[in-house]
Amino acid sequence: MAKRRNTVKRGLERLTKLPTGIRGFDEITGGGLPEGRIALVCGGPGCGKTLFGMEFLVHGAVDYDEPGLFVAFEETPEELEKNVASLGFELKDLERRKKLIVDYIPVERSEIEETGDYDLEGLFIRLGHLIDSIGAKRVVLDTIEALFSGFPNELILRAELRRLFRWLKDKGVTSIITAEKGNETLTRHGLEEYVSDCVIILDHLVRENVATRRLRVVKYRGSHHGTNEYPFIIGDTGISVMPITSLDLKYGVSTMRVLSGMPALDAMFGGKGFYRGSSLLFSGTAGTGKSSLAATFTDNACKNGETCLYLAFEESADQIVRNMRSLGIDLEPWVKKNLLHLHTFRPTLYGLETHLVAIHDLVNKIKPKVVIFDPISNLITVGAPSEVKSMLTRLIDYLKMQGITTLFTNLISSPNYLEETAVGVSSLMDTWIVLRDVESNGERNRVLHIVKSRGMAHSNQLQEFVITSEGIKFRDVYIGKGMVLTGSSRVVQEAQDKADELRRKQDVARKSQESQRNRKVIEAQIVALQAQLESETEEAQRFTEEEQLKDRISTLERDRLSIMRHSGD
Amino acid sequence: MTDVKRKTAKSPASKAPSARASTVANREFWELRLYVAGQSPKSLTAFKNLKKICEERLEGKYRIEVIDLLENPQLAKGDQILAIPTLVRMLPTPIKKIIGDLSNTERTLVGLDLQPVNPSGRS
Repeated sequence: MAKRRNTVKRGLERLTKLPTGIRGFDEITGGGLPEGRIALVCGGPGCGKTLFGMEFLVHGAVDYDEPGLFVAFEETPEELEKNVASLGFELKDLERRKKLIVDYIPVERSEIEETGDYDLEGLFIRLGHLIDSIGAKRVVLDTIEALFSGFPNELILRAELRRLFRWLKDKGVTSIITAEKGNETLTRHGLEEYVSDCVIILDHLVRENVATRRLRVVKYRGSHHGTNEYPFIIGDTGISVMPITSLDLKYGVSTMRVLSGMPALDAMFGGKGFYRGSSLLFSGTAGTGKSSLAATFTDNACKNGETCLYLAFEESADQIVRNMRSLGIDLEPWVKKNLLHLHTFRPTLYGLETHLVAIHDLVNKIKPKVVIFDPISNLITVGAPSEVKSMLTRLIDYLKMQGITTLFTNLISSPNYLEETAVGVSSLMDTWIVLRDVESNGERNRVLHIVKSRGMAHSNQLQEFVITSEGIKFRDVYIGKGMVLTGSSRVVQEAQDKADELRRKQDVARKSQESQRNRKVIEAQIVALQAQLESETEEAQRFTEEEQLKDRISTLERDRLSIMRHSGD
Repeated sequence: MTDVKRKTAKSPASKAPSARASTVANREFWELRLYVAGQSPKSLTAFKNLKKICEERLEGKYRIEVIDLLENPQLAKGDQILAIPTLVRMLPTPIKKIIGDLSNTERTLVGLDLQPVNPSGRS
């Protein structure tokens, strides 16, 4: 009678992940390597497999207090120590403190004659002994393929490898196996069949004269992971993988504003300036004043006590300081006060990722409030536009998360493409100002206009500016008579207008004077007429009086006569 | 930490001398170290085979040291032992290492640098 088995309902076992401490890697994998399982790291020679394994152990020992065992089949402990000493890994010290064991197991074919059946129990015993001696939780076997050259009986070897991987899992250690990349298979000897928990590929490409290292998580059983190729570099502190940081574009935003130091420019933005933590792009053809604007902005930021990081991709720091003096901007005092950090990078010297990491490091060390990139157009010489854009995306995301205001200058090759950027980064920018030279009447004048500025009202007018020895001065563009003029045309037109106005005024004055004279004349006439009127009136009166007198006299006479006639009878 | 489990085998006093035995075996003393892991079948087989070969070829001028790595794991490092069983010829120099249970006599002899007795036959 078959016994009924009690099936125990097993809850979904959650895969725990062990942090490797390798910068960026734990982010890609959402926590690190699968705990208690085996990860396969494969790649060509010089790709960084050994370093990956070594970092896994060193960080484990130093940061997470987990002792580790490094089994080297190809390099001697002395070679390993030398190779990683430059990264600051003190292997001898860790060994002394029983946090690390580096065991060298040379496997040489010529030494070994096979005389019958055997197994690799010796290896197991040796590993077991070492693991137990320090209580290792992390194990690296570099590179397991050395065993293939030592033991030609593949049947036995493969069986033993399978046994080894099971044994490692049973021991409860988290292991990394390194392997050489194969031509058709992932690894030369097809080890990926046995290691199915986690497979990572490293490679090292040279493209357009620049070497890039990339890492890809091919498989990660039980977990979702970024499946992309992530560029990484091997820097001063080891491997740095740079994932695109804010995959969900989540970062706090500020409503505080930053003034540019050029009131007329701020006025174009409603008078309040730019948002802190926003990204600004000044683009323009050669000589349009981008760097000068950037320097003015920097100067103003430093005046307000904000630390600035100025990344120069074209000119040397000294040259920039000197050139800006001609504008009346002295950046030297800020440098002395440690408010301004000028760093020059020759883009072609390193790969994009090296730049990215270097910039990250600088930002972490200096903690600036403003970072200026002058110019970013050079970066295209280092990588394909899509890669540059990807790198800049990551950089801008990172800086925005820190609330750092960023300013980019971009050189456009031809005025026809003014509103395109060669790297297509305009979509990453919050504010975009285009600087232009306007040619008219045999001369070029500088204007700028705002293409876009997210989150604020801005002027759509062309603004003329000049670069003087006292800095950048903005001039109002002439707007009149339905035309927009700049430069000397403007001056001419303004002079013309002044002359016109003067003439008009003079006209008015003259007319008024004339009118006044006329009035005087008329007034005089009126006075004369008035006088005439008076004399006429007088005359008339006299005449009337005379007549009246005559009348009276004649009446009197008549009366007298009449009296005389009557009295004569 | 030189506590090793030793089994020294002595050859029987009477042995039919083989006139055509290897000249090397006649002159020098052989030190052989057999690394095993407990009493596993392969280990036992190897010891058995080894003893047989030594008795036939080395005419008493040999000593077999059996090292059990299960009891002394740290000793694996000295001779870089990975496979079990492994036979190491310490003397005469140069050191020779052969792996396996020694069931392939011809290979064993080649590995130990012992000429086969019969050029035509296999023993």
